[in-house]
Amino acid sequence: MPTVSLPDLAKVRAGFPMLAARMNGRPLVYLDNAATALKPGAVIDRMSKFLKEEYATVHRGIYTFSQESTRLCDEARSKCRAFLNAADDSEIIFTRGTTEAINLVAAAYGRKFLKTGDEIVVTTIEHHSNLVPWQRLCEEKGFLLKVVPVNDRGELDLAAFERLLSARTYLVAVGHVSNALGTVNPVGEIVKMAHHAGAVVVVDGAQGVPHGPVDVRAMDCDFYAFSGHKLYGPTGIGVLYGKRKHLDAMDPYQSGGDMVETVTLEKTTYAKSPAKFEAGTPAIAEIIGLGEAIDYIGSLGWDWIASREKELLEYATARLSAIPGLRIVGTAAEKASLVSFTLEGVHPHDVGTVLNEEGVAVRAGHHCAQPAMKRFGVPATTRASFAFYNTKEEIDALEAALRKTVEMFK
Amino acid sequence: MSADRSSPVKLDELYQEVILDHNKNPRNFGRLEGATAYAHGVNPLCGDDYEVFVSAEGVFIKKVAFHGQGCAISKASASMMTVALEGKSVAEVRTLKDHFIRLLTDASAPDSAREGVGRLKFFEGVRQFPARVKCATLAWRALEEALKEKDERRAEVSTEDQGERKRETS
Repeated sequence: MPTVSLPDLAKVRAGFPMLAARMNGRPLVYLDNAATALKPGAVIDRMSKFLKEEYATVHRGIYTFSQESTRLCDEARSKCRAFLNAADDSEIIFTRGTTEAINLVAAAYGRKFLKTGDEIVVTTIEHHSNLVPWQRLCEEKGFLLKVVPVNDRGELDLAAFERLLSARTYLVAVGHVSNALGTVNPVGEIVKMAHHAGAVVVVDGAQGVPHGPVDVRAMDCDFYAFSGHKLYGPTGIGVLYGKRKHLDAMDPYQSGGDMVETVTLEKTTYAKSPAKFEAGTPAIAEIIGLGEAIDYIGSLGWDWIASREKELLEYATARLSAIPGLRIVGTAAEKASLVSFTLEGVHPHDVGTVLNEEGVAVRAGHHCAQPAMKRFGVPATTRASFAFYNTKEEIDALEAALRKTVEMFK
Repeated sequence: MSADRSSPVKLDELYQEVILDHNKNPRNFGRLEGATAYAHGVNPLCGDDYEVFVSAEGVFIKKVAFHGQGCAISKASASMMTVALEGKSVAEVRTLKDHFIRLLTDASAPDSAREGVGRLKFFEGVRQFPARVKCATLAWRALEEALKEKDERRAEVSTEDQGERKRETS
């Protein structure tokens, strides 16, 4: 049997400059990966090289640097296409991030195709970015918003979902993975059920892509959105995948340069996707950085990433459960590598402050998922979210800091 | 070489014994029957949520109570506020509030501000934790609203309407 060479954790960590940082006199224990992931040197260096040695705009230049810049962006688009297993590069639209990608669908698809009385289905545990755009569209156009409940573990109630679906359901918007609870939603099944009712499905993949392979054709979703910065890439860049038939039928999103075919003072004809949805000069360095991040993920391999994250989740769940008064919020059977919790008698902001002094970075708050917090009867939680580069020792540091917090507020 | 982002203060300057005590055993905690003024203060970012009840006779504050939930800093601040205000005139309360907020947000606050706030000076450590300043000022912002003329009062006052946010990020 050939030996598979797995990445070496120490070497992987050495590749992330921020992991050498100190915070409040202690080594930084970075456990806020679900908010934003740290960047490997490969991504930083690639962007830096582009800005220092290769920088030029895309599409318009006749000169060599601009042509090369265009080629690099095209190449990054192909990497994103392969990353999602989409059928064609034209189905990959660059956006500022997941939020803009979802707003794009709401504006260019929702506003055009939905009719008064049509229904949009979301879930109780959506991030605000996959809830508020639909709420606003409903208010503006007289659509109805229906909400899928979750059980006490934070798993979607698929029977209730089925009952919400009808001939009036035009669109279903669902997160691949809950940022607040970690629940991995059965998106494939949801797509099947929604399609059966004749609805299109928008998947918020911001928390989905960092944890495992995504195959949009197998999933059969109509739209899938993700952000570069949660995938070890830069901020300010994200991707909207859309099925070509939808993208062709949709109106443009923003108007301006790059999204047109011909412009006269009387009439403008629009370019085809993706240009149709990418008005203005794109985030060129960020696009190239995202392509590099995808290569980086590929070099580690999903098997290793998944096994590391599983190990960290199991270890953290066991260690944190042993702390008196700690309640884990979100205990789905299928869960991404994060632990959201409350500590009896201590507000998450106080937890966050004490942890900060111990060098531990976590998120404390409502995680832009207020309805999810309300569902679990808490104003906020503390969330520790893990990446493949985290270690058991870091989870030990988290546990120690939490025990100190308990002691302090006793 | 590695970066070190340090806050120079110790945690116990923030979580002073007095503050921890008021967090655990908040004074004047509950709704006040027969209140003459009321306001509701929220911090939408972390879910801190307090109602402040004022019972005044003429220009003098007879009793202040509060109810709701939030972090240790916001709860202790609300609790100590209710104690500090008893028997004071509305004008004195306004001065106290201004001194208190100045102390939390302005490192060059004069000694008169520090001396003018009495036991509330225990919150001075909050200034070193910019993210927590609005926790300490929430109940005071609600009080400020409660003391306004009835027709000027808003149904809810939020930490995000005012200056604290800016200070937090500066």
